[in-house]
Amino acid sequence: MNAFNRLLTSAAIGLAVAVSAGSATFAETPANMLVIAHRIDDITTLDPAESFEFAGSDVSRNIYQKLVNFDPNDLEAGYQPEIAESWDVGEDGATITFTIRDDLTFHSGNPVRPEDVVFSLRRAVILNKTPSFILTQFGFTAENVEETITSDGNTVTITTDKPYATSFVLNCLTATIGGIVDMETVMANEVDGDMGNTWLKTNSAGSGAYKLVNWRPNESVTLESNPDFYLGAPAMERVVVRHVIESASQRLLLERGDIDIARNLNPEDVAGASSVDGVKIVDELKGRLMYVSLNQKHPELSKPEVRQAFKYLVDYEGMKNSFLNGQYTIHQNFLPQTYLGASDEAPFTLDIERARELLASAGVEGLEIEVGVREAQERIEIAQSLQNALAQVGVTMNITVGTAKQILSRYRARELDVYLGAWGPDYPDPQTNAGTFAYNPDNSDEAQATGLLAWRNSWDTGGLTEKVEAAVTENDRDARAQMYEEIQAQFRETSPFVVMFQQIEQSAMQDNVTDFSTGQAITAASYWQVTK
Amino acid sequence: MALTDNSGERRPRAPFAPRVLAFAKATALTLGSIAVTMLGLVFITFVIGRVMPIDPVLSIVGEQASRATYDAAYEQLGLDKPLFVQFLYYLWDVVRGDFGVSLLNARPVAEDIARVFPATLELATFGVLIGVIAGIPLGVIAAVKRGSWIDQIARVVALVGYSMPIFWLGLMGLLIFYGILGWVGGPGRLDIFYMDIVPTRTGLILVDAALAGNWDVFRNAFSHLILPGTLLGYFSLAYISRMTRSFMLEQLSAEYVTTARVKGMSERAVIWRHAFRNIRVQLITVIALSYANLLEGSVLTEIIFSWPGIGSYITTALLSADMNAVLGGTVVVGMVFIVLNILSDLLYRVFDPRSK
Repeated sequence: MNAFNRLLTSAAIGLAVAVSAGSATFAETPANMLVIAHRIDDITTLDPAESFEFAGSDVSRNIYQKLVNFDPNDLEAGYQPEIAESWDVGEDGATITFTIRDDLTFHSGNPVRPEDVVFSLRRAVILNKTPSFILTQFGFTAENVEETITSDGNTVTITTDKPYATSFVLNCLTATIGGIVDMETVMANEVDGDMGNTWLKTNSAGSGAYKLVNWRPNESVTLESNPDFYLGAPAMERVVVRHVIESASQRLLLERGDIDIARNLNPEDVAGASSVDGVKIVDELKGRLMYVSLNQKHPELSKPEVRQAFKYLVDYEGMKNSFLNGQYTIHQNFLPQTYLGASDEAPFTLDIERARELLASAGVEGLEIEVGVREAQERIEIAQSLQNALAQVGVTMNITVGTAKQILSRYRARELDVYLGAWGPDYPDPQTNAGTFAYNPDNSDEAQATGLLAWRNSWDTGGLTEKVEAAVTENDRDARAQMYEEIQAQFRETSPFVVMFQQIEQSAMQDNVTDFSTGQAITAASYWQVTK
Repeated sequence: MALTDNSGERRPRAPFAPRVLAFAKATALTLGSIAVTMLGLVFITFVIGRVMPIDPVLSIVGEQASRATYDAAYEQLGLDKPLFVQFLYYLWDVVRGDFGVSLLNARPVAEDIARVFPATLELATFGVLIGVIAGIPLGVIAAVKRGSWIDQIARVVALVGYSMPIFWLGLMGLLIFYGILGWVGGPGRLDIFYMDIVPTRTGLILVDAALAGNWDVFRNAFSHLILPGTLLGYFSLAYISRMTRSFMLEQLSAEYVTTARVKGMSERAVIWRHAFRNIRVQLITVIALSYANLLEGSVLTEIIFSWPGIGSYITTALLSADMNAVLGGTVVVGMVFIVLNILSDLLYRVFDPRSK
């Protein structure tokens, strides 16, 4: 649907609601039931050792408990005790011993034991599915888990290959892959030595606030509350997430009262729904960043003044207030808000004169460059805005639009002059972004470190690599946060990355829904604290 | 895949025993041609699945898997065997109703299809019924009263049906009948509160609810079906009424119709007993085609109405390179065409005196 059609539909719905206000009787969902419309076609598995998609993480967060976890009502506070009531770090800095609570039970009625914790973490390492790197980056392998992840009495001990910041390890354990499964139930459903993987893809064996009733692909996910949940029985006894693709359909369902929350409204429908009585819009910052990066192999783009100039050539305010309205906010650092060490410093604004001076001092004249952009409306519009600003300082930027695969493969091969795109964090620790934006131990072509954004742009990081390595082993949480703020301060000024925006997710919901959280940038949605 | 029109076939009358023999032979021939068509269909889908530049092993083991894991999965899938042997394996699986496991949601494709196909079947059947019940009379009247106001209306109805984007029409329908008036159910096959109440036997909610005797669920399911069903029915109506009109015009200008009129037969008898009887065979083809098109699944309608049918299933699978699901869906849609083909062949025999 193009923008005009969207506008037309949105206007028509607005008119309809205005006409029908007060006349039609609206349905209401039952008081103990939460109904959400959301696109859930990205779910491929519900096994916490394998799940790595957004909608799947939402389901998992409500089913599985972790050793440590985030409180949805206070995400800023960082990880809190959950299955582990406390932990001690060994003197070598490489062992963490968790004391396990003794009053938790799985949905099956089995107690949550240290053995289950050990089994779940070992299982995630042995299965070696897509998200397993979140754990294996600490040196766990299928061969050594027998020694590195162990239990004794009411404790679980994990031993990493070298000392890491405790906050780094614990943050990673809050990721979906840290979900603790019921060993007895899972192994009873093992087929051909798959450690219950096939069964867990479509079933649940957790101890969290909800258990899975069913997942119908492209149709719905239904959860039922766990009355024995350790924080008290959730108010919402049943949660149904319905797969509704169309924004307009989600809006109609919401305005008719057939759902409580619509999570994928486009800006037109958000604007329309916000003026309806009984509906509120809740904004949450998500982890996705929009950035522009300059290939340092380019003789001109690698000049420090040119890197600086680009940061003054983005119309941050103009874009935020026009076509990105409500979907993105200005953010100029590589850690998204709500991450440990995140910074809201945003010193750059559109300043054509300043950029012109910088380019002149670098002796840049008649520069012509190419930017690679994926065929997504908002990205192309950002590229056009940048193209405009660049033209004003005599730089010609040609926009190449392609599929994700085309553009990314050239980016990874270090072939693009300029790349414009998005980056989302992989796990809830600052290292996930620091380790890619500001870390590049070997800048040679042979290194083929295609996973590192700094390498893709041939940037040697100017000493930040060592600082990132140091931050990963800093045990004091506050000192570590401070280190990231310093890294980002240097990064802002010297890096070839122009971080521009952070994504906002707008959920439209009935007025009476309180405390719903999509988990902001750091984690996934949670339902147990919701009331209405 | 076009429907064959074998109404021109002639079979000489024969004594009883040879007729039984002839029938057996015809049945064997039909079955044989079905088998060959199915084989061709499976072969083509198999080849398409294999020439696609997608690594099925990678989708299963993930990018981080070791060489050993990869090789194990490679052998498990039988990819080390010659292509011909692979095809035989695939054929054997398909014959047993096993389309493999969906890479996207880790379920057997056959199970998925058993879930999504009834949704489409329910919608398409409702749609084609509306198309037939309203479209044929409209077409006949338009032909008989050619050039009159009713003919003009029929033309406009058909034109709108052909040219309106279903996306827009669907949203407007939802807006008016669900959003404003509240007469019908919204997107989805059931309200949340009616989900999982009646046991799934056929997957057709109307039938399941009726079998369980739960008329509340039946009413609710019907209120959800009526809008998308009518919408699809409207498109089928537009096509059927246009075709009926042109078939009828052809017959009405034939000499036997003039003769009948001259003989003083009532106009009603002329139209329904003479002209209409002669277009039945052609109409069967049109209806069968229209039904088959609906059974392929209408992706846009399914999206707007959050209807979990086979159209959006195949599309989603295609976009995520889930080849097992795509092939399974394609084979099923192909089978639908073949089954409808046979059904219309049988109906031709009933309606066409020449083929008796």
